[in-house]
Amino acid sequence: MSLNYTKKTIKAFLKPKNIGVIKNPDAVADVGNMVCGDQLSFSIKIAGGKIKDIKFLSFGCASNIATASILTEKVKGLTVAQAKKFGWRQIVKELGGLPPQKVHCSMLAVEGLQKVLKTYERKHPTLLVSKIKTKSPSKQK
Amino acid sequence: MPIYLDNAATTKLDPRVLKAMLPYLSDNYGNASSIHSLGQKNNLVLEQARRDIAKILGGEGSGFIFTSGASESNNFILRGIMRANQSKGKHILVSAIEHPSVYQTARSLQKEGYEVGFIPVKNDGQIDLTALKKLLRKDTVLVSVMAINNEIGSVQDLNAIAKLVHATGTYFHSDIVQAIPYLKIDLQKMGIDLASMSAHKFYGPKGVGLAYVRPGLKIEPLISGGEQENGWRAGTYNLPGIIGLAEALKIAYRERTAYLPKVKKLRDYFWQRLQKEIPDIKLNGNLKKRSENNLNIRFGKIEGEAILMDLSTQGIYVSTGSACSAHNLKSSYVLSAIGLADYDLNSNIRFSLGRYNTKKEIDFTVTALKKTVKRLRAFSPVK
Repeated sequence: MSLNYTKKTIKAFLKPKNIGVIKNPDAVADVGNMVCGDQLSFSIKIAGGKIKDIKFLSFGCASNIATASILTEKVKGLTVAQAKKFGWRQIVKELGGLPPQKVHCSMLAVEGLQKVLKTYERKHPTLLVSKIKTKSPSKQK
Repeated sequence: MPIYLDNAATTKLDPRVLKAMLPYLSDNYGNASSIHSLGQKNNLVLEQARRDIAKILGGEGSGFIFTSGASESNNFILRGIMRANQSKGKHILVSAIEHPSVYQTARSLQKEGYEVGFIPVKNDGQIDLTALKKLLRKDTVLVSVMAINNEIGSVQDLNAIAKLVHATGTYFHSDIVQAIPYLKIDLQKMGIDLASMSAHKFYGPKGVGLAYVRPGLKIEPLISGGEQENGWRAGTYNLPGIIGLAEALKIAYRERTAYLPKVKKLRDYFWQRLQKEIPDIKLNGNLKKRSENNLNIRFGKIEGEAILMDLSTQGIYVSTGSACSAHNLKSSYVLSAIGLADYDLNSNIRFSLGRYNTKKEIDFTVTALKKTVKRLRAFSPVK
């Protein structure tokens, strides 16, 4: 079994960005992988339809931590609509690849992002209207 | 310098073993089955190694069959005994904490139509003898219980198990791969009819092992097509490996009385410091009836693979039973069998000490581990 992580993955694991919990978050969400038992907890702050801040907590392996870290870095500053399109392949690409049995970690991170965005939208129903308009994202501003 | 605390996975080849092997990797390359003198000289060496091994392990010389390692031996013995003894029955019992090469082989036999039972263990990792007694039947052909568990180091009472097993005329197999030199083995005296082991677990080379089959037992070969090992195991003799195995075994038992208290002292010191200096940790299994080199520890709130990787970047090598480290993403069934709750199954690290570890290394590891655990707990969502 090859469990060789790329240097970038190891770096993100050893020095993860955006760890912790946001004070007075706009939404929080927990996700867990039923298969391997990993957990992620996201908190998010949205301003003007954009992700102003996102933080995470992790009970998981090195790639769980690394993928969540990369994800938070990548989606910070995106509009909610853009963030909803963020896919796990972008994480894998950013890390320069993941061992095959670790790819699900990147999917869990994306699942967590989706869930925290959904929670946010449920709490802020007015923005659901703007979500419909997101096909032309420029109007969202 | 890396700190190797994964000696239950494999060990570093002892230089003395390498030295004994070298001639058979160069000048003495003859095939021990060849008739000419280059081959026959090696045949003498091979048979001497077999006698040396028999003397240490207390079995009949002709019962020792060289294999590629314990996984092959376990496959050979389980499949070979069950297939060759169908007149007695088709029932086999294996313990719930066997190595996958026994556990999965039993499952595979199940698919072939054999009836498989799993012997439960108690929370300390000891076989439940009352349960074993109930499970044994007249048509039980084979019982397989490992001498020392690879994950939690639990040591079984092999004498008591053998006694129970023989009462129904059943054969007793023990995977003794983790038991060298932690247990004194006398196969005949202990009533072990069949045994498996690998050289690389005790500072010998990889790719060579032993299957012990008490002479007189019926068994089918797993690898056929040659007259080596009286037809029980075909394939050119791996003479450098066999010489290495014999030499490693001799050293292991010659130095046993000096080694055991030394490694136990180191292990106990390690555990005492960890208990004192890291909160929320627990020992899996029992400290008694445990091999002197093993610790398996649960670190609350954090995941085993992350601990392992963090230590690995600091040059400290350990192992984990967490799902994240497993190819099939399943957590350790051994830890399940000794009663750990599902949410505790992924927070465990196995430290297996060995011949070359020092107190200085343990001190360095404690310092590193404190840092690692603190770092990972700082962003754990587990309350």
